[in-house]
Amino acid sequence: MTNTAATTQVPFVGYLELNAGDPHLVAHECRKCHARFFDRRNLCASCSGADFDLVRVATRGTLRSFSIVAFAGPGVEVPFVAALVDCDGTTVRGNLINCEPTPDAVHLGMPVRLATYSLGTDSNGVEAINYGFEPDLGEEKR
Amino acid sequence: MSASEEIWVLGINMTKFGKHPDLDAVDLASNAAIAALADGGVTMADIGVVAAGNLLGNGAASGQNILKQIGQTGVPIYNVSNACATGATALRTVVMAIRAGETDMGLAIGVEKLSGVGLLGPAASGNKDAPWEPKGRYDAVGGIDGRLGTQAMPGVFAQVGMEYLHTYGQTDVSVFAKISEKNHSHSTLNPLAAYSKAMTYDQIVNDVMISYPNTRAMCSANCDGAAAAVLVSGSKLKTMSLEQRRRAVKISASVLTSDPYQEACQVLPDVNTLTRNAAKIAYEQAGVGPQDLDLVELHDCFATAELVHYDNLMLCAEGDAVAFFESGAPWRDGSTPVNVSGGLQSKGHPISATGIANVWEICHHLRGEAGDRQIEGAKVGLAHVIGLGSACGVHVLEKSSV
Repeated sequence: MTNTAATTQVPFVGYLELNAGDPHLVAHECRKCHARFFDRRNLCASCSGADFDLVRVATRGTLRSFSIVAFAGPGVEVPFVAALVDCDGTTVRGNLINCEPTPDAVHLGMPVRLATYSLGTDSNGVEAINYGFEPDLGEEKR
Repeated sequence: MSASEEIWVLGINMTKFGKHPDLDAVDLASNAAIAALADGGVTMADIGVVAAGNLLGNGAASGQNILKQIGQTGVPIYNVSNACATGATALRTVVMAIRAGETDMGLAIGVEKLSGVGLLGPAASGNKDAPWEPKGRYDAVGGIDGRLGTQAMPGVFAQVGMEYLHTYGQTDVSVFAKISEKNHSHSTLNPLAAYSKAMTYDQIVNDVMISYPNTRAMCSANCDGAAAAVLVSGSKLKTMSLEQRRRAVKISASVLTSDPYQEACQVLPDVNTLTRNAAKIAYEQAGVGPQDLDLVELHDCFATAELVHYDNLMLCAEGDAVAFFESGAPWRDGSTPVNVSGGLQSKGHPISATGIANVWEICHHLRGEAGDRQIEGAKVGLAHVIGLGSACGVHVLEKSSV
């Protein structure tokens, strides 16, 4: 689209906070047992507690598991790296991005960090921003 | 079992797994049920309860529709649905009905038509031109499959296996293809398997990549098939013929569990804790340990899944699944033969039939009727299935002492 009007950005999922310059994930944390959840909650799945706090999830973590998906359902671009990331004790699901989707480039236990990217702008001028995890080479984020 | 009444498999059957273009799900289920009844030497008139499973038929293969072909006796029918544990759930339902004293004989049926269905998992990611509007429990503005990891089964189970390696500090993924090599080798002795060709390690790793490290040969085969079992109470069995009592197989444990909360279980399904829980309960109910098992049929929906279940079923010490495999233990001539049927990777996985077909395989060996693939002298076996979401069924079976 060549629409030059200011676009509105929306996070791809409700638990992604875009905060200009400081994107991060948030979780519903059970006030009683501290189990964390990313979806809308009824009660805590661990202790059935009813009270939650919205907490910030660490943006750096390690690759706990992955699969390089080469074959997927219609409309899903392949290959991509499906990843499970241990963010300081909270496990998060996402794609590994800014990394070759090959077994040589992806390693169990590798350090990664949250990164965001655009999924495109819809006909209403709304741009969806998604998160993924990229290799964390230790340098400061730009 | 905790209750005093013993439960036995009186008759059991599985159809050939594979492509059955001329049979619909009701035909397949009927064939398995008729053969299971004949195997047990009884008829529909003896059956007091029916439990039936079929996931993808939209009700076309309900227990009622099957009985319309084999005998509408008016007995209660439970149509059950529990993902890949549906067949085991049907069995378990009949076990509970007999144990509750509602009847002394029941029929469990599972059937699926899956040939050509392709990848099982999420629906398509939706209309690419749809506006970004929040929907669902995550307020996602579009389809999440492929954008936040994968929901398709080959990738989910790939991560299950890779997580196991990571947890125990291992990096060599070759064990997964080697497991597949074992199961494809085992399948050459199974005339009812959908695929019964041996495959070399190289052929397996060089097959079409589906979801690393799982290639096509390391994925369960979608196919058509049905299985059915007639269960009977111990007291009823005592009144039956010597031949029936000799061939009957004792269900010394029947367990169904769901996934208890664990950190990360709502991010990647946890197939481990509920399997370990089911195994613990089953060994306790049956009064046997993993070392007593002469053969195991476990849910190798993907090669990456088989590895973790060696550990979950306590066939090895915690963390030792790779070493257990490398020792040769789960090969048919090893100390704990696993998936001598060829497993889901070659025998096939017609979802709702699987949990009964695995029990059929064990019964076949305990009865000494397994032909070329007979595990000599088999007395005790374990059948395990898991359905994502999650449900786990474990049955321990013992040879009759008659």
